Amino acid sequence: MMDFLHLTPVEWAAIKLSLRVSGWAVLGSLPLGVLTAWVLARWRFPGKSILDGLIHLPLVLPPVVTGYVLLILLGRKGVLGKFLYDTFGLTMAFTWKGAVAASAVMAFPLLVRAVRLSVDSVDQGLEKAARTLGAGPIRVFLTVSLPLMIPGIITGTILAFARSLGEFGATITFVSNIQGETQTLPLALYSLTQVPDGEIGALRLCIVAIILAMTALLASEWMSKRFAAYIKG
Amino acid sequence: MLNIHVRKRQGDFTIDAGFSVGDAGVTALFGTSGAGKTSIVNMVAGLSKPDSGRIVLNGRSLFDSEQGINEPPERRRVGYVFQDARLFPHLSVKANLTYGMRLVPHTERYVNFDEVVRLLGIEALLDRRPARLSGGEKQRVAIGRAFLCSPALLLMDEPLASLDQSRKSEVLPFISQLSTCFSTPILYVSHILDEIEELADNLVLIDKGAVVAAGPFDQLKTSRELAELMGKTGVRRGMPSRGLKIAS
Repeated sequence: MMDFLHLTPVEWAAIKLSLRVSGWAVLGSLPLGVLTAWVLARWRFPGKSILDGLIHLPLVLPPVVTGYVLLILLGRKGVLGKFLYDTFGLTMAFTWKGAVAASAVMAFPLLVRAVRLSVDSVDQGLEKAARTLGAGPIRVFLTVSLPLMIPGIITGTILAFARSLGEFGATITFVSNIQGETQTLPLALYSLTQVPDGEIGALRLCIVAIILAMTALLASEWMSKRFAAYIKG
Repeated sequence: MLNIHVRKRQGDFTIDAGFSVGDAGVTALFGTSGAGKTSIVNMVAGLSKPDSGRIVLNGRSLFDSEQGINEPPERRRVGYVFQDARLFPHLSVKANLTYGMRLVPHTERYVNFDEVVRLLGIEALLDRRPARLSGGEKQRVAIGRAFLCSPALLLMDEPLASLDQSRKSEVLPFISQLSTCFSTPILYVSHILDEIEELADNLVLIDKGAVVAAGPFDQLKTSRELAELMGKTGVRRGMPSRGLKIAS
């Protein structure tokens, strides 16, 4: 029984890589996600619906297409990829950093949608009140709007984290399936189903995936409750 | 001293109003609902922009369409008590009260925290979150918060409108008390004459976006303009139970 539950080094590596990739993907895209949600909810400018569409594209495109687009853009010879390599020495293609990029792009629309809802729920009367109390726009955003957006930010973060943990199509297309470098949990699970005697390992990873997803959901639920209780005083 | 003359078109309704507010005491802006009172007050606060005109507070232009001046609300030193208290739900009462105060340089503060808290009788509420306050308590905190910014002028837009009768008498006395205590000039918007009788030193009568009369309350209270305004719907003689004056 204990043997069955024992994870192999390859499986462990995949789990740790998945957590690292998802963590960075969410942390990295959070500030931009909040900003984008704010801009889409509050600003009016020409081309807004195009920006909105571009951000939501990964949600409706086949993930393989998104992965291929990333490969074209961020590959060593791609427009952005060449720039990143020349200026920062950063290689995206076939590295775990590329997996982070793929996860972030795929999870971004979910993050933006959740945060945007919370921007809409912020009472602009409170922001005006803060202005008359002497706070400039940036201070109002940081001390009034942002704290009141926390429920949406929690939901968005958890959704994006879960989406990143599950990311498969864009990742395998963009950075391939390299053990220890880009083989995240879903890729490892897939690989195990492709080899003889892989079933038990696949089952173990399947259980781990369920535990991780449940933990994320429960954590989000707990944080939302804590926030509601905090507001109630 | 506030001098204002503003024009603004809102759909097929035009505001074209000019009046002054003295250095101390309460000036009431009185008129039917929809006469443009809130719009005028919002322009003074900087929350909405007039099409043209001037707003000058103590010799400083807050808005001047000819010179292209439009100071943002946070630089006007104009306090605002809204109809709904608009307390920040994520901050304690104490943090709400000090939100604006902390942004005012020490040398420009003339309103003392302890004094405001004592005068408003909100000592026991300081650690609470706004969700745990009654309507009257919320409005008292909002009034304290606005005073603590040590404003050059304080705007009050029907601060009692969302309160029921007994709550009103819980808030009204504090307004005149604080105004006298710190000699902050107040521009008080209302469509209820009883509130104004109790508070106002001066009166500005507004109808259809224009000033129909302005002057000391004692002179205007028997005027034809006020009588005409009172004949319209939308202004109220006031509280049915005049005898109920409870100071809490």
